[in-house]
Amino acid sequence: MDLHEYQAKELFRAAGMAVNPGEVARDPGAARALAESYGGSAVVKAQVHSGGRGKAGGVKLARSPAEAEEHAEAILGMTISGLVVHEVLVSPIENIESEAYVGVLVDREGQCPVFMVSAEGGVDIEEVAATNPGAIHRLRVDPRYGLLPHQAYGLATRLYSGSGLARQGARVISQLYDAFVDNGASMAEINPLISTTEGQVKAIDAKVTIDDNELFRRPAIAALRDPASESPADLQAREAGLSFVKLGGNVGCCVNGAGLAMATMDLVKYYGGEPANFLDIGGSSNPDKVVAALEIIISDPGVKVILFNIFGGITRCDDVANGILEAVRRIDIGVPLVIRLTGTNEELAREILAGAGLAAVASMDEVVEQAVRLAG
Amino acid sequence: MSIFVDGNSRVVVQGITGRDGSFHTRQMMAYGTRVVAGVTPGKGGRDFEGPDGRAAPIFDTVADAVAETGADCSVVYVPPAFAASAIMEAADAGVGFIVCVTEGIPVLDMTRAHTLARDRGSRVLGPNCPGIICPGKTTLGIIPGRMVTPGPVGLISRSGTLTYEAVYHLTRDGLGQTTCVGIGGDPLIGTSFVDCLAAFADDPDTEAVVVIGEIGGTAEQEAAAWVSGHLDIPVVGFIAGRTAPPGTRMGHAGAIISGSSGTAAEKTQAFEDNGIQVARRPVEISALVGEALGR
Repeated sequence: MDLHEYQAKELFRAAGMAVNPGEVARDPGAARALAESYGGSAVVKAQVHSGGRGKAGGVKLARSPAEAEEHAEAILGMTISGLVVHEVLVSPIENIESEAYVGVLVDREGQCPVFMVSAEGGVDIEEVAATNPGAIHRLRVDPRYGLLPHQAYGLATRLYSGSGLARQGARVISQLYDAFVDNGASMAEINPLISTTEGQVKAIDAKVTIDDNELFRRPAIAALRDPASESPADLQAREAGLSFVKLGGNVGCCVNGAGLAMATMDLVKYYGGEPANFLDIGGSSNPDKVVAALEIIISDPGVKVILFNIFGGITRCDDVANGILEAVRRIDIGVPLVIRLTGTNEELAREILAGAGLAAVASMDEVVEQAVRLAG
Repeated sequence: MSIFVDGNSRVVVQGITGRDGSFHTRQMMAYGTRVVAGVTPGKGGRDFEGPDGRAAPIFDTVADAVAETGADCSVVYVPPAFAASAIMEAADAGVGFIVCVTEGIPVLDMTRAHTLARDRGSRVLGPNCPGIICPGKTTLGIIPGRMVTPGPVGLISRSGTLTYEAVYHLTRDGLGQTTCVGIGGDPLIGTSFVDCLAAFADDPDTEAVVVIGEIGGTAEQEAAAWVSGHLDIPVVGFIAGRTAPPGTRMGHAGAIISGSSGTAAEKTQAFEDNGIQVARRPVEISALVGEALGR
């Protein structure tokens, strides 16, 4: 789960970090009032789960309260990467001396948290990694000991030459690690971490992704989820316990298992079609899940055909067949349904479907070809 | 032969009285797995009723189960909140091979569990994996026994149902298996493709290996590099997620293209550069294996 910048900054402040002030405005008048309270000039930033906000025109400097109001007017309601902006963060302008990058995430290879820091901050860190990999310094953290003081200081010396700034930097790096671990994050970054002309090190941006698997034991974090940042289909899928990703083609896919679901999408493409979605109904063959899956898929007006690809292992094909019948009884699908069922109790499943005038095939290639043909 | 486990493996089931744990334990016992003990805190002293009048004693702790029964492998069906702790308990009790089926374990919990297991010299398979099956000998996890048959092919996969799809075709085409291993769909897993390939390399009965990968991470690239230096039997690959968009998690926690890294194209290229034939469709996997073995 991604957090908004202002939410991430709150977590950083709670860890004791020096973060530049700022408050959220939901209308232009509020942005104006905030700019006034900061002495007139301010930076107005779109609060939306997307990188590249600046390039999209979602970050603006205002030299007066009137200008802050104007910028907020322009940014609120703007669409960035398909997401509508409902909130802006208004902060005082800082006198920036240097910009650094500090991030921590879970390293798959090392199976531990890894820090990445660079004196080249304020730009896309992926770009730095590609063009100047030597400018990024990495440190793996042993989860038994956490980030040790000398390690934090060592990282900070990669960012700052003076010992005063390096000490402040080390404090921020330690606090970032605490915020990362204490909130169950899978990624936390500051870009940029600035030093000011007054000699202060502080975070003026914040990005945090929480591990979805942590949310069950962190209700306060789970409550930070912004429903406006999710499509209705995503919301319904999450509530039904389905794994769903909209893709944009016209072949709706309903599959059990993530790997098979991806392979099914790939096969749709192989036969010249375009998958409308990724959807894993999981191991359960609960009819309610099948109904929810079908509702989500047909809510996309682009879908011309729905393809079921079920390989019954633990999942029983007859259960899924009953789920499909139940779904067809409860909702009007309105598009052709093509079904593949193989594995546990597949003969029984075919009989159940045949009783309702539905046919099932046994091969994945066959059902995908059928679906692509029907989608036109 | 088989890798990691065989018909002599003595298995303790953690979470044996839960809904999933009890169901799959009965399946395992019916297949012939030597389930010697179960663990559920607070239920020690009872017996778990298996199929055909068989039973397994239940203990409060893994240490007690190991001391009383000599269990050397465990299967974890414990819910996500307690699963990392269950893995660490098993490792602390000296269990050498720990299969964790549980999906949804917090990744920071797993950084600690993997570290501890490594320190204790235990191998973890998974988490978020279907387990391991040695056809005709034993099964640990949830892979259905019906669809496998003994033979010369080793199979390694990050995905459950895609494994079943591949094995189904192999079995139907008369290409049996030495061992099928599901390594799991999580970003942090205890046993890698390379670990499995190295074990298959030491198994004289394995004449070909199937590697089923997917988007996210670099495990397939590492496997490809290892194969070209160490393995002289044919390897057939498959990568799921050619149509997956970047930056989006595709079901499995580990199936995500980060930036431009971890794509199916990159993994396919790594396979092909190292002499691994790549199937474009799941159905081709078995055909390529058959060709490679001259059948």
